[in-house]
Amino acid sequence: MDKRVDGRKADEMREIEAKVGIIKRADGSALFKIGDTIAIAAVYGPRELHPRYLQNPETGILRCNYDMTSFSVTERKKPGPNRRGVEISLVTEKALLPAVDLSQFPNAVVDVFVEIIQANAGTRCAGITAASLALAHAGIPMKDMVAAISVGKINGKVYVDLNKDEEDVEDATDIPVACTARGKKITLLQLDGNITKKELIEALKLAKSSCEKINKVQEKALLEFYKQNE
Amino acid sequence: MTSKLLVKEKEIVIPGQELAEGLDYLPSQGSFREGNKIISNFLGLASINERFIKVIQLTGKYNAKVNDLVIGKVSDIGFYGWTLDIGCAYNAVLSIRETSGFIERNDDLTKHYDYGDLVVAQVVKVTKQKQIDVTTKGPGLKKLIGGKIIEVTPSKVPRMIGKQASMITMIKDATKCNVIIGQNGRVWIKGETLDKEILATKIIMKIEQESHIEGLTDKIKEMLQEKK
Repeated sequence: MDKRVDGRKADEMREIEAKVGIIKRADGSALFKIGDTIAIAAVYGPRELHPRYLQNPETGILRCNYDMTSFSVTERKKPGPNRRGVEISLVTEKALLPAVDLSQFPNAVVDVFVEIIQANAGTRCAGITAASLALAHAGIPMKDMVAAISVGKINGKVYVDLNKDEEDVEDATDIPVACTARGKKITLLQLDGNITKKELIEALKLAKSSCEKINKVQEKALLEFYKQNE
Repeated sequence: MTSKLLVKEKEIVIPGQELAEGLDYLPSQGSFREGNKIISNFLGLASINERFIKVIQLTGKYNAKVNDLVIGKVSDIGFYGWTLDIGCAYNAVLSIRETSGFIERNDDLTKHYDYGDLVVAQVVKVTKQKQIDVTTKGPGLKKLIGGKIIEVTPSKVPRMIGKQASMITMIKDATKCNVIIGQNGRVWIKGETLDKEILATKIIMKIEQESHIEGLTDKIKEMLQEKK
């Protein structure tokens, strides 16, 4: 089997690191690192939602915000929201919503801020994984944990966790997938490029098994946060 | 079908973790049933009481309950009372009728509780829509003057008070400080000297950090004796 640019196997992810409680003033926070991609997430709330017309008297709402720091990429990114950021904020929210249960918090909001401090492909997946950890740390009622990973196709072969060099290959297909830990339900599925049905099934299988591995890391990070004090 | 426990008492669990299998166990606070499994809602400590499985949250904001003693900060004043920030997702309302003492008609309400004042109050009512009513009628409910306030995780408050208030009595006796702990995680400390206040603060912070460890009272006792 031919090796990838950085010598990984087809089903091998980059090195993963997860940490909880990195931002002191936030209600919940987490860092998730996969290779050179680093995402931090902060959760504030549940708190009162303003403006009031956004409030929902039946349930609390989840509000996500994704942004990349200007120094996270090789070419300086103009700070602030842009078209891409708005889209990813929305898909992050949709990916996390099935896992949280905010029915106890009518009229309230839970704010999730995802910030990418270093980018090397797969930032939205790293962001979702970090946000899920931060929500758990903030004590928000959750039914499940969410992990996300990107899979892709390069030259007709399926690989997991593409890095920037692989993603930039001509005709490369990128598929970010988010998956819940217990239910194994897909909560995010995007596709950029061409793929056949057979290849997609193979890619999703690979994504699910990779998400399981990420879930283990998430679990360890949450448990370690309390064990370090002993 | 046989039922089986999947966690031990006092084990740290994460959201979505399976706690028990089978219909013999029942979900309690912080857990729910899905199919024939009981699943945790929170990051917390599993607690098993016969057939009931509960998860005690380790983190998270304060959730108002009736009869809780809370320390609130006046954030707004209206026609009929004050709005208190109690560190919860929702503000609490302190009505004029629920205050002790006599307030004249058309009286300036800032004379009694001004913006930013700290008030010890008791929760009297929490509606389904999360409207919280508090009262300052009753023993020990008053405006706080002087001293300092620190914030701790609300779920660790029972540990700070201890069994039959053993922990808090010990801190009060050793540091000669006046300490009031609100269920919402706000602790008010007022001592004779600054040094004593600092000592009390340090101890409370220590309890917060190590609240999930057993035999904490003895450990704190040792710490207090060293300082004397």
